Amino acid sequence: MTRFLLLVNYDNGAVEKPMLEWDPADLRAHLDYYNTLNAELTASGELIGGERLAWPEASRIVRSDGKAAPVVTDGPYAEAKEQLAGFQMFDVESLDRAIEIAALLSAVPGPGGVPMGQPIEVRQVMEDDAELGIEL
Amino acid sequence: MPVPRTDLEDLLRQLAPQVLGIIMRRSGNLDDAEDAVQEALIAAARHWPDDGIPDNPRGWLLRAASRKMTDQIRSDQARRRREAASAAADVGPVPVSYDDDTLVLLFMCCHPVLTPSSAIALTLRAVGGLTTAEIAGAFLVPEATMAQRISRAKRRIQDSGVPFLLPDEAERAARLSSVLHVLYLIFSEGYASTAGSRLHRQELATEAIRLASAMRQLLPDDGEVTGLLALMLLTDARRPARTGPAGELVPLAEQDRARWNREMIAEGVALAVEAWSRGPAGEYALQAAIATLHDEAATAADTDWPQILALYGILERLTGNPMVTLNFAVAAAMVHGPAAGLALIGPLDEQLAGHYRLDAVRAHLLEMLGDTAAAIAHYRAAADRTMSIPERNYLTMKAARLNQP
Repeated sequence: MTRFLLLVNYDNGAVEKPMLEWDPADLRAHLDYYNTLNAELTASGELIGGERLAWPEASRIVRSDGKAAPVVTDGPYAEAKEQLAGFQMFDVESLDRAIEIAALLSAVPGPGGVPMGQPIEVRQVMEDDAELGIEL
Repeated sequence: MPVPRTDLEDLLRQLAPQVLGIIMRRSGNLDDAEDAVQEALIAAARHWPDDGIPDNPRGWLLRAASRKMTDQIRSDQARRRREAASAAADVGPVPVSYDDDTLVLLFMCCHPVLTPSSAIALTLRAVGGLTTAEIAGAFLVPEATMAQRISRAKRRIQDSGVPFLLPDEAERAARLSSVLHVLYLIFSEGYASTAGSRLHRQELATEAIRLASAMRQLLPDDGEVTGLLALMLLTDARRPARTGPAGELVPLAEQDRARWNREMIAEGVALAVEAWSRGPAGEYALQAAIATLHDEAATAADTDWPQILALYGILERLTGNPMVTLNFAVAAAMVHGPAAGLALIGPLDEQLAGHYRLDAVRAHLLEMLGDTAAAIAHYRAAADRTMSIPERNYLTMKAARLNQP
């Protein structure tokens, strides 16, 4: 099994309309899709956990030279679309399976039930193991 | 008289698969049977330390598990009336062989309908008697996640209708090889972990050795079972020398051989010799023979590379595995020089494209050849590609050292 971190930004894919302006029924369908999917991936023993992050407007960037008091500035610097919105950790058989799950997340329904096509980044987690095999 | 905790634990873990096998044979439902046996084990762990171990501990567990089973079934009677009748029957004398039941259980948990990771989890739980929390800890997932995985594996077995029987002669070899593969994977999961992190994972290697030796007691004449146990002992014997004080990897050639476990080596060598004497050697017997040659060399320079080269040659023909070809190339380099090794790995570019191990071996052979610049480039490429933190650190360090003026 291999662990993958799936990351999603505030990039709504093909959808232009901000979520706060969606029809309640569309919003309901959107949230239900996530709930159902998460329940399935939990039952399959693949979803380890995940979080949604608070709005990036409240973020802080900290720098320190190890001596003086750290310098704290308000973030973010990047465009809203490039800000991390949330993450989920999975433990799955293969990269193919991680991609399959990312595709399901990406196709979450937006306004009118149309799949949003949100970009999902798939990152493999490095392990503390050294493989058994030749030991040079 | 109070019973020492470890003795009790050993006894319970030895009896667990036997009792589960019997309950399973009666009820035909792995999920219910496993729950009932777990509850019986918990009851034993609670009562035996004070009351003492009963005269017939297996009978005690069987009765307790049967009672739980009956309770479970009563609570769901409409659906399972027929099973209730059989499970509620008096325990009485048990005609089947306990050994066979353990073996049947192993065959079932390692059934090819399961993915390797499900088979590993189920084997550790049902045959190894580890708790779900222990298994989850070893595989770095939350307990709830592992519980889901185990119950899904049990359902999979149930749904596929695998009978609780020893596979027949025709199927036996293939099924045995899946069992051995699962035990090997459990071992490498444990052995692969490096010191300083995940200490609890090393228990997996110990557990794999325990399961393999139980398997050998059941099938003493099988060369591959004996070979696998030998390989595990001969490999695990080197563990104390395999990592440095900061948890860094120490390659075989640089290990302090005084720290190898001599007792384990002696046992492993005897088993390897025995496996070797049981007709044509299979892949585990061959790997055990190679491990014997490493473990018996007093220093790295004393290693019998010509023999190792010959054994890898046989193993390569037997398995056709390109990873074996890599090892074969390293042995060839030690016997005939680095150019010979490099020539052998040339054709692997396609099969192992982008695999860090190919870069790591190429870097090592180029370093032997004295081509420092090329060696650095391949060490770096390997460091970029590995998914293992200690290996990345090792490869980065190799490149950095070679890069010094």
